[in-house]
Amino acid sequence: MSMEPLLVAGGRVIDPSSGIDRDMDVLLRDGRVAELTAPGVLKPQGRAVLPAKGCIVAPGLIDLHVHLREPGQSHKETIATGTACAAAGGFTAVCAMPNTSPVNDSVEITRWMQAPEREAMVRLFPIAAATVGSLGEKLTDYAALQKAGAVAVSDDGRPILEDAIMHDALRLGARLKLPVVQHAEDTHRTAGCSMNLGPTSFRLGLRGMPNAAESDIVRRDVALARETGAHIHVAHISTTEAMEAVRQAKKSGIHATAEITPHHFTLIDENVGEFDSHCKMNPPLRSAADRDAMIAGIADGTIDAIATDHAPHAFHEKQVEFERASFGIIGLETALPIAITVLHHHFKLPLWRIVELLSSGPARVFGLEGLGTLAPGAHADVTIFDPAKKWTYDASHSRSKSRNTPYDGWSFTGKVIATIVAGRVVYEG
Amino acid sequence: MKPRARSLLGTDQLTVSEIEAVLKLARRMDPKRPPQLLRGKRVVLLFYEPSTRTRTSFEFAAKALGATTTLITAASSSIEKGESLIDTGWTVTSLGADVIVMRHPNSGAPYLLSRFIPVPIVNAGDGLHQHPSQALLDALTITNHKKRLKGLRVVIVGDVFHSRVARSNAILLSKFGAEVIFCGPPDLVPDASATIAPGVIACHDLDAALRDADVVMSLRIQKERLAGKQIGLEEYIAKFQVTPQRMKRAKPDAIVMHPGPIVRGLELANEVADGAQSCVHEQVANGVKTRMAILASVLKGAR
Repeated sequence: MSMEPLLVAGGRVIDPSSGIDRDMDVLLRDGRVAELTAPGVLKPQGRAVLPAKGCIVAPGLIDLHVHLREPGQSHKETIATGTACAAAGGFTAVCAMPNTSPVNDSVEITRWMQAPEREAMVRLFPIAAATVGSLGEKLTDYAALQKAGAVAVSDDGRPILEDAIMHDALRLGARLKLPVVQHAEDTHRTAGCSMNLGPTSFRLGLRGMPNAAESDIVRRDVALARETGAHIHVAHISTTEAMEAVRQAKKSGIHATAEITPHHFTLIDENVGEFDSHCKMNPPLRSAADRDAMIAGIADGTIDAIATDHAPHAFHEKQVEFERASFGIIGLETALPIAITVLHHHFKLPLWRIVELLSSGPARVFGLEGLGTLAPGAHADVTIFDPAKKWTYDASHSRSKSRNTPYDGWSFTGKVIATIVAGRVVYEG
Repeated sequence: MKPRARSLLGTDQLTVSEIEAVLKLARRMDPKRPPQLLRGKRVVLLFYEPSTRTRTSFEFAAKALGATTTLITAASSSIEKGESLIDTGWTVTSLGADVIVMRHPNSGAPYLLSRFIPVPIVNAGDGLHQHPSQALLDALTITNHKKRLKGLRVVIVGDVFHSRVARSNAILLSKFGAEVIFCGPPDLVPDASATIAPGVIACHDLDAALRDADVVMSLRIQKERLAGKQIGLEEYIAKFQVTPQRMKRAKPDAIVMHPGPIVRGLELANEVADGAQSCVHEQVANGVKTRMAILASVLKGAR
């Protein structure tokens, strides 16, 4: 890299991986973090300077769970638009789920996604399918996929229900130190359901998904992880019971981790209102009690990462009869602002915990070396944000190809100021 | 994109005075000597689901008021070719519909359409969700006999979970201060049903529920919906059929209602369905009057 060194000057550095939370300047050189110094020690001569006064300077944010829709569904999103959206949200790395068309169950697709022609604006780590075609029958070639760049395996959206298959997936994952990510849903108990089971689903005349459809699978997976010594990662946790299962698993030394989406700690099933399909996702928005349990799990360390489950869908896939509408919302641009607004300003969680949940936490979950940290020598991925800046989200300006968000017109406190990937500024707000 | 039409989507969106106004108008409606309030208006009946009584009732109501009606069903239109609901709504709008009366198997479908289409929409039943014209005609029937709704004890017995009639009625009756008792086996009357409106309770014992009832509203039981449930057909009949013996627990002047179609010998004993307390035929007749009033008030002042 022959790029000019970049000095991020005058900001407050929060780097949970090194225990730093104080005003410092950060020098980025040759795609790496060169040094951190007291403010003003490094002179700006010969360097580009990015002023960060009043801002938090954090390790680049990492999203463990996005759907970039390529190959095969580029009317919803492409790797280029999805990663541009990520950059605008302060994310410097995203992990792309394999439910593309065709399903990413091969070395070829895994490599294709990472090719320079995709024009990814931030780092992209594929998560490969855990079974061929995500059909839950035959394991994919984990070793080859891992070698091709896959950071985990998952049949996201088509959970592995068969005990024997899940056991085999975890056993192989354990041998390769490859996390197995499960979207925990007993789909036999959620057929025809389009939201959470409760008073709101009754009022709206919609079939509801019970909490147990999630938590029973989480309990089963945790038990299998204990047996196999594997790393089970629970995707988008949403229920009180599943949170408790992960909490107990961690206490007993099982390698279980969990991510949570901003919507599951912010919204509840009542937000569906009068059939707002922008509040239709899977897992569904749960009860207020579940939402409170999510906040408790974030506060007590049960949760390892905030992940968006960014799921773009076109207008004609969302603005249809509620029961026929696709599940999911876009989330890359709103995750950090929601985390700051809800977790920091409302629930009084310290900013370092939010930075941890979005950087060092997810880096640790998938073992992403040199990411999620500002330690000298680490990749020069940095996110700069103003935790006090108030702004209003306008979905019509989203960098995503899709507009399916419940947060259009929401006011947030906390805004991304700049996103830096490998020492290069890829977004300025 | 904002809804600017006066639609009738659900009883939850109606105020007490709006309901009273519709009932007052309905009482004045006489299908034999109708006022030509809707002369020249076009009423589109957009039916995505089979219906005899509701469709015919709306059709009679519209024609009695001088409107023309056009029936569009899913099987005989571009809906079958995969046209989206919003596109169909725009097509019907562009053809010059003044009001769309809509029946749809998906809960919430008319709500979606009303967010995009400038024409008023009358919900003629959406999935398991709402059937407001039925609740209004039931309120008309009840008030014809009881003169009031406040303080009445109304037992709604049957498959509450799958019933848009139960939901619409409970919400409407609750607004007037009636006591509503949902009754049936736990699979069909889940605990969450009692949260639908203030003053609604869920009960799994029909004998207890019927005590001092003013109104007994029976719902249709679809045999296939008992499949896989904890209760079988015979047990259902034994525990939840409204029989002459059980009716003795209700007030002597209690009325019996049913939205139809009745499954004979299942939810209602024949002696009750055809008995002196039965208002089933009156409900159907009130349906036309109520729907005349609904169409008149929805179209009042429109274009």
